[in-house]
Formats: sequence, structure tokens, C-alpha cells
Amino acid sequence: MSTASATPQSARALARDRRRQAWSRNWQTFRSHRAGLVGLGILTGFLLVAILAPVIAPAEGLEVTKATGGVLEPPSSEYWLGTDDKGRSVLTLLIWGARISLFVGLAATLISMVIGTLMGLTSGYFGGWTGAVLFRLTEWFLVIPFLPLAIVMATVLGPSLVNIVIVIGVTSWPGTALLIRAQTLTIRERPYLERARVLGAGPTHQIRKHILPNVMPMVFANTTLTVAIAILTETTLSFLGLGDPTRVSWGSMLDDAYSVGAITTGSWWFFVPPGVCVVLVVLSFTLVGQALEEVLNPRLRER
Amino acid sequence: MTILGRADYGRGGESQEDNLDSASSGRHGTYGRYVLSRCLGALGSLAFMLVLSFFLFRVMPGDPARTLGRGRFTSPEQLEEFNRTYGLDQPMLQQFVTFLKNTLTGDLGISLRYRVPVSDLILDRMWPTILLVGTSTILAGVIGIWLGVRGAWERGGKFDRISTGGSLTLYSMPEWWLGLLFIAVFAVGWGPIPGLFPTGGLHSIDAEPGTISGVLDTMWHLFLPVLTLTLAYLADYALIMRSSLLDELGEDYLTTARAKGLRDVQVRNRHAVRNALLPATTVVALSLGFVVTGAITIETVFSIPGLGLLATEALSVPDYWVLQGTFLVATSAVILANLAANLAYGLLDPRVRT
Repeated sequence: MSTASATPQSARALARDRRRQAWSRNWQTFRSHRAGLVGLGILTGFLLVAILAPVIAPAEGLEVTKATGGVLEPPSSEYWLGTDDKGRSVLTLLIWGARISLFVGLAATLISMVIGTLMGLTSGYFGGWTGAVLFRLTEWFLVIPFLPLAIVMATVLGPSLVNIVIVIGVTSWPGTALLIRAQTLTIRERPYLERARVLGAGPTHQIRKHILPNVMPMVFANTTLTVAIAILTETTLSFLGLGDPTRVSWGSMLDDAYSVGAITTGSWWFFVPPGVCVVLVVLSFTLVGQALEEVLNPRLRER
Repeated sequence: MTILGRADYGRGGESQEDNLDSASSGRHGTYGRYVLSRCLGALGSLAFMLVLSFFLFRVMPGDPARTLGRGRFTSPEQLEEFNRTYGLDQPMLQQFVTFLKNTLTGDLGISLRYRVPVSDLILDRMWPTILLVGTSTILAGVIGIWLGVRGAWERGGKFDRISTGGSLTLYSMPEWWLGLLFIAVFAVGWGPIPGLFPTGGLHSIDAEPGTISGVLDTMWHLFLPVLTLTLAYLADYALIMRSSLLDELGEDYLTTARAKGLRDVQVRNRHAVRNALLPATTVVALSLGFVVTGAITIETVFSIPGLGLLATEALSVPDYWVLQGTFLVATSAVILANLAANLAYGLLDPRVRT
């Protein structure tokens, strides 16, 4: 693939070159997935809003004592999306909610990925006792229904932002672990690993230098799908009142809207926008994840 | 080849029960061993669940008595009394043995809120959940499989794009939010649409259960919740079935079937779908947890007095024994359903019996 160049290159430069080529090739493939691109665009938009929240909507708009609007006012030129039951602008809440929802989604996914990858790698690479025990543990966790476990853990730990992240991270790793394990099992038997073993590479070297780089693309694609599920779970847990009571998230907005009866009074501006945001973000993560999977997994592309 | 093999197996499968013990040779033995290993796996999961729930409720938070009775004790005597009632003053191992004995004999503790045994509460609240979840699962399964099959068969076509787009959107939606929208539009009424359905509950106050009008009344109450849950579940089924059938499309046996002169519908229903259903079963079995999730949130939103509402009502107290009881019931149900799906899969597809 590499272009014939007159000057000899160092191994590192070669590797860098090849990696760059792979990236641009993957980006070309990704660009041909329209749905994935749209998802990426929407996500970038939400990410910008989340990061720029203090600039777009001053934080004092969140304080109940400084609320200027009336109770559940419909949308007007002053409050584009109306006000909530405490007179705060729904748009401000929505913008700040994006921060919490995205943060929880990403942080929980990070935890889940680390646990899942570690469990998958070790149970796949080491056969025998260790592998079997870790595999069983993964399987046991996998069949335990997600929400009841998350509810129980959230209740026991108490409501706070960090606890929500921990609860979602700790309950959502088994799927990733199984995926990584299956991948590790096939890579372990490949000739180049046999060669590495013959040359005296220890387990750490083999995992770090050969197996991990090979499973990373899978982890990456899986990450985007896990973020989607983590955000959905955060919304559901907050709706059930298990979220951090001091922070505004899309789930806690829906909880508020439900408990003050916005649904029966027809105050649609309070309960429709947060849900739409959740759907948009989760759908985008799913679309990007699917596109990534197809880019990184050629077997899926063929059909 | 595949089809012959499976038909052949099907005949053997009917009489396998009486052969379980002589697990030495032939197909019967293989399935017997498969059943045994799956059952052991399920038992392991159940044991793990028991240990997990014991630790979650007793060990994790520093002082169980304080957490369990959150702010309810004013004097040391009360605290001591509480510790004694729940056996919290005994050594950990002793507590675990007591917990096991109680749980396995159906004693799940007394609800802090209702002051009745948790097992009675659960038995009482079980039927609405089974009715709701059962109806929705069956409807979603039938519609979802149909959508997935048609989408995959005409992949890239208009139908496929609409049904896949719709499924993905439903999949990305918190199902309870969809329920809230339905309540706002069809129960409260929005603009020109009048409120046609009740906002929640299982039946009207004056309805008499057992009579035809009582049954109709319950159906009227359950219409929106069942609709919401069906939509939430069918997204999963449709997506799984679609990708499973897509995997089969390139297979040689389909070309053979076409070459034999079978019509398109026959190729699809008799050959492709039959094979695609099997992997779909496993994926569905693995994601059974989402059925429980739906039950919990939809019952909460529509105030249906089932297990899900029991659990979320227990959250605000917090009523730990009720939470633990519902957790145990939900988890065991999923483990057993998973086992059933696995056993059925092994019966239908000899290849998975390793």
C-alpha cells in the first residue's frame, strides 16, 4: 500500500504513516454513511451547547429564588420554551440538562468500558481457572435485569451525580466483556501471536502490544452504543427520583413535569422538549455507533 | 441438508425426557448434557443473585440498621430492637444462612410501609404485571418479527427504511416518555382530540370484576399501557429479526431453494426465516432485562398496581424488603425465561449443544 519512497524510513515513521492512511480510509467509508454523518452532526451540536452552557444561558437562570417567569407559562418571545412550575425558563434548564446527561453518559461509559475490556481480555486470554471464573461472572451479571439492579444500587448508595455514574457504569459492562472476550479468543490463536510467544513475549506484552490494538476498534464502536444506553438509563433513574436532586438533567425535568401534573394540564412545553432531546442524542449515538461498526467490521459491510 | 438434519432431530427430541439419565451416547445424551449444563448455569446465576442481594442490602452501606431504618430511630433501644428483629446483631455468616433459609422458604420479610409480608404483596401484585407484560410481549413479538422479516427481505426499499427508522427511534426513546405523550394526547385530550382513555389504573371504581363489562373496562384501561409497551418492545424484536435475517440472505441454501423453483414467499418463510429465528431467539433471551425495565416504568406512569409500581412506590420510603423482594422476583423470572429460551434453542438447533 505504501508509496515507494527513495529515502528509507524508520519503523516508527512507517507505522505512523500506515496508521494515518487507515484513519483516512476509515473516514472515507464513514462519510458514505449518511445516517452516521447526521448523527455526528447532531452530537457535535449538543456537545457545543453543553460546553458553552454558561455563555448561552447564565447559570442564575437555574436558581429558583431568582426565577422571573410565572408558573408554567406557555412559550413566548421572552421564554422561547415557556417556564417550569417554579418560573424558570425551560430552555435554560434544557441547555444545562444537556451537560449532566452527556456527562453521566460519557463518564458511565468510560467505567463500563474499562471494566468490560479488562474482564473480556483477561477471561479471553487466560484459559483455565481464571478465564472460566471470569466468564461465569460475566454471564451471571448479564442475566441480571439491568434496571432493578440499578434501582437497588442507586437506593443503597444514595442519590448523587457520582453515584449515578458508578451505578450505570458498574451495571452495564457484561455485554462489552463478552464481545471483547470472543474477539480475544480468535486473536489469541493467530500465527503472529504464536510467533510472539515463541520469541519469548510474556502475557502483558502480548496483551498490550498485540491483542489490545486489535480489539480497540470493537471497543470504540461499542462505546458509542453504550453511551446511548447510559443516557437512557440516567433519564429513567432520574425520572424515578434516583438522580442527583441538586442538578437539572433531562430526566429530572421530566420527573418534575410528571409530579406537578404538566401532563394533565397540557403544559407540553415542559415535558415534550426534554424527551425530544433524549431521543435525538440517543438516536445519534446509535446511528454513529452502527456506522462505526460497519466501518470497522468489514464482514458487516459486505452484505 | 440443514433442514433434513433438523427434521430428523425433531423426531428424536420428543422422547428425550425419559432418556435424560442414560446420558452416554447418541443425540439424546448430548441434549441431556446440554440441559444439565444450562440448568447448572441458571442455578449459578440464581445463587449469584442471592449473594448479590444479600451484600447489596446488608454489607455495602456502613451500618445496615441506620440505612434500613433511615432516620426512623430516636433511641438506642429502638436501634437494638431493630437489630434483633432483623438478626443484624449476629455474625455475618449466620446472617447469610438465615437469609438463605428465609428466602428459599418464601419469607421475604415484612414491608416497612404496608406492615404485611412482602411475599403476600408480591403474589397480590403479580397478576396485573403478567397480564400487561404478557399481552405486550406476544403482540410485540408477532408484529416485530413480521416487520423485521419484511424489512430485511426488501432491504433498502421504502418499507425497510420506514420500519427501520421507526424502530430505531422507538429504541432511542424512554418508553415511559412515550407513555406520557400518549396520556397527554389520548387520555387528557389535546386540541381537537378528545380524551378517549383513562389516565391510569387497572379498572374503574364501580367496575365489577368477573363480569363482561368488568373485563371490557379493564381492557379499556390497559389499552394505552399495552400500546406503549408493545411499541417499546417491538423495536427490539424488529431490529434483531432484521439483522438476523440479513445474515442468512447470502447463504447458498437460499440459492438452491430458488433454483428448485420455489416461489419467493416459500423461500422466505420455509427456509430463510426458519433459520434466522434461531439466532434471534438467543439475542432476545439475552435482552430479556428490557422487558422488566418496561414493566417498571410503564406501570409507574399508568399507575397499574403491579410489581413494577410496587417497586417504585417502595423507593420513596425506602422500603428495603419490598425492593429486595421485587428484585429477587424480577431477576429469577429473567433467569428462568433465559433458561427456557436456551433449552428451546438447544432442542431446535443441535449445533449449539457443545
